[in-house]
Amino acid sequence: MSNSLLTVNIAGMNLGSPTALASGILGYTAESLRLVAEGGAGAVVTKSVGVAPRPGYPNPTVVQADSGLINAVGLPNPGIDFYVEELTYAKSLLPVPLIVSVFGYTAEEYALVSKKAVEAGADAVELNVSCPHVKYTGSEIGQNPKLLTDVVCKVKAAVQKPVIVKLSPNVTDITELAKAAENAGADALTVINTVRAVAINVETQRAVLSNIRGGLSGPAIKPIALRCVYDVFEAVKLPIFGCGGITDWRDAVEFFLAGASAVQVGTAVGSEDPTVFQAINRGVASYLKRKAYGSVNEIVGLCHQD
Amino acid sequence: MKLSGYATKINTLRTTAIVGIKDESPTVKTYTLQDDLCSKAKPGQFLMLWIPGIDEIPLSILNGGNGQVQFSVKAVGDATRHLHDMQIGDLLGVRGPFGNSFTETRGRVLLVGGGTGTAPLLFLAKRLAAKIDRLSFVVGAKTRKELVFLEELDAMCTDESAIATTEDGSYGLHCLATEPLESLLDKQKFNMIYACGPERMVRKIFDIAEKRKLPMEASLERLMRCGIGLCGSCMIGKYRVCKDGPVFKMAQLSEIKNELGISKLGFDGSRIDI
Ligand SMILES: Cc1cc2nc3c(=O)[nH]c(=O)nc-3n(C[C@H](O)[C@H](O)[C@H](O)COP(=O)(O)OP(=O)(O)OC[C@H]3O[C@@H](n4cnc5c(N)ncnc54)[C@H](O)[C@@H]3O)c2cc1C
Ligand SMILES: Cc1cc2nc3c(=O)[nH]c(=O)nc-3n(C[C@H](O)[C@H](O)[C@H](O)COP(=O)(O)O)c2cc1C
Ligand code: FES
Repeated sequence: MSNSLLTVNIAGMNLGSPTALASGILGYTAESLRLVAEGGAGAVVTKSVGVAPRPGYPNPTVVQADSGLINAVGLPNPGIDFYVEELTYAKSLLPVPLIVSVFGYTAEEYALVSKKAVEAGADAVELNVSCPHVKYTGSEIGQNPKLLTDVVCKVKAAVQKPVIVKLSPNVTDITELAKAAENAGADALTVINTVRAVAINVETQRAVLSNIRGGLSGPAIKPIALRCVYDVFEAVKLPIFGCGGITDWRDAVEFFLAGASAVQVGTAVGSEDPTVFQAINRGVASYLKRKAYGSVNEIVGLCHQD
Repeated sequence: MKLSGYATKINTLRTTAIVGIKDESPTVKTYTLQDDLCSKAKPGQFLMLWIPGIDEIPLSILNGGNGQVQFSVKAVGDATRHLHDMQIGDLLGVRGPFGNSFTETRGRVLLVGGGTGTAPLLFLAKRLAAKIDRLSFVVGAKTRKELVFLEELDAMCTDESAIATTEDGSYGLHCLATEPLESLLDKQKFNMIYACGPERMVRKIFDIAEKRKLPMEASLERLMRCGIGLCGSCMIGKYRVCKDGPVFKMAQLSEIKNELGISKLGFDGSRIDI
């Protein structure tokens, strides 16, 4: 959608619309990313990719909760050396910025994968330091300001493209991590990844997910995500991708008002279909017109005014 | 509730006891469960079956009605073997039904099934029987022991009995299920071909149907995790098999020609040969 109302610039990337695809939703194949871009996404984030292939956890990996989903997919990915081919193809297909989500077990791994992703055409990398269900990576790094600083510094040294840090809500004070990322040179933040959760089945008296613990997404986490965006907006100057439970335009506008410059949508792609981005964009545009704004940028952080 | 595109009820895990087990062959068993939602499934749809503590796997629905649902399972690995060891009264988890279904046509139809892929076609045949002029069935398996539903299929066919093929010649014609097709299609006009089974078989049928410009629908299998169009594990071309499929029409099959019967995504998202 080329609509100046909805155009945003975040970390030097121009997005035709402020709604991006969140990592881990579709996003393995170039064609699935194109599907989402055609559905109105202003940018796409790939499934998280690491150095070596991982098969992920056995099923059940995704379970329905009362107002969202709990997943412990376990970062299945083919490894960056295989994935570069898909990325090159994706870059050739996509009319929108390609953001590659990266994870690693060490700062060096994050840097190596980021470098290869950028060489393959990534317009930015998003560091997944917030996956709640894989040991020694993800939130184990994103919960520790020192480790996080090291990871961001090494990735910044390795690539010339924008570096986005995706924060975990599973911390005592998210602003501490946001500041660490900012000081280490991050260009933007994604707030938030999933909220650690468990699903239990009463008849079998078992935890349902094969990994037991997983991450909650969808409408259930929206208020938590909003609070995180609100707090982070006040703590740092970095632009924010708001993420967590966004399903319709009203949710998106709430995130803009809380301080997000753009949003990412995950779970709603399954519940609503890949055209959910168009629906949200249309709703945001008519909200902006109704309120007589010329651009979505004008409402970012608006509720912090007084 | 805001999640409106799919009913969250369908995706909510229900636990239910096995109420029936039938041996179809030494390697295939049919299970009956009590489940309202899946009992209303249409031919072609599938469910996700949770074998507690072991795995969750996709299975085509064989039949539904009166609050009950049936599916047939071939023991091939860990999850399906565990299932084969279970007894009446044991608890299973189920969510679904998921995916689209076969379109019901009129006139003369040809159904081609391979192995347990015959299950959704049998379900379809039962629904079609009263409405169509002619129904022909070709079923194939590696060996006699794996040929399932033969009697039921014979009863469904209009003129002749179902054509059975085995790869080892232990029953019926000694060939692949695709072999009798050309002569069948030479002899008679069909309005639709429905296919389900090993993907290389489906591919061969697609090639034949394309050459003869015949309409076709095929049910495909891919690795499934979420079952609701979210995780991307089941992509084939631009389609999500769990949500846009599992049944694909001729025009869609043409779009995914470079993957159909050739490659698929593995557990780690890399492309593997079929
Ligand atoms: C839409 C659909 C309908 C199906 N219908 C039937 C049916 O009616 N009857 C039947 O017997 N089988 C059916 N299958 C196949 C069945 O899901 C697999 O045989 C089963 O998952 C094997 O699990 P396992 O642990 O016993 O074997 P494993 O040793 O774990 O796997 C054997 C093979 O099964 C496949 N498989 C394993 N896990 C999955 C998964 N989560 N999703 C998809 N494929 C998987 C893979 O190809 C794998 O190589 C269907 C599959 C799909 C996708
Ligand atoms: C099935 C599934 C897989 C996910 N995989 C990843 C992943 O690989 N990397 C990542 O950073 N986030 C992953 N996430 C988190 C999402 O990107 C997003 O942060 C979260 O789901 C909240 O947004 P939502 O409520 O719009 O889904 C995943 C979420 C789901 C539901
Ligand atoms: S199984 Fe997850 S998208 Fe199809």
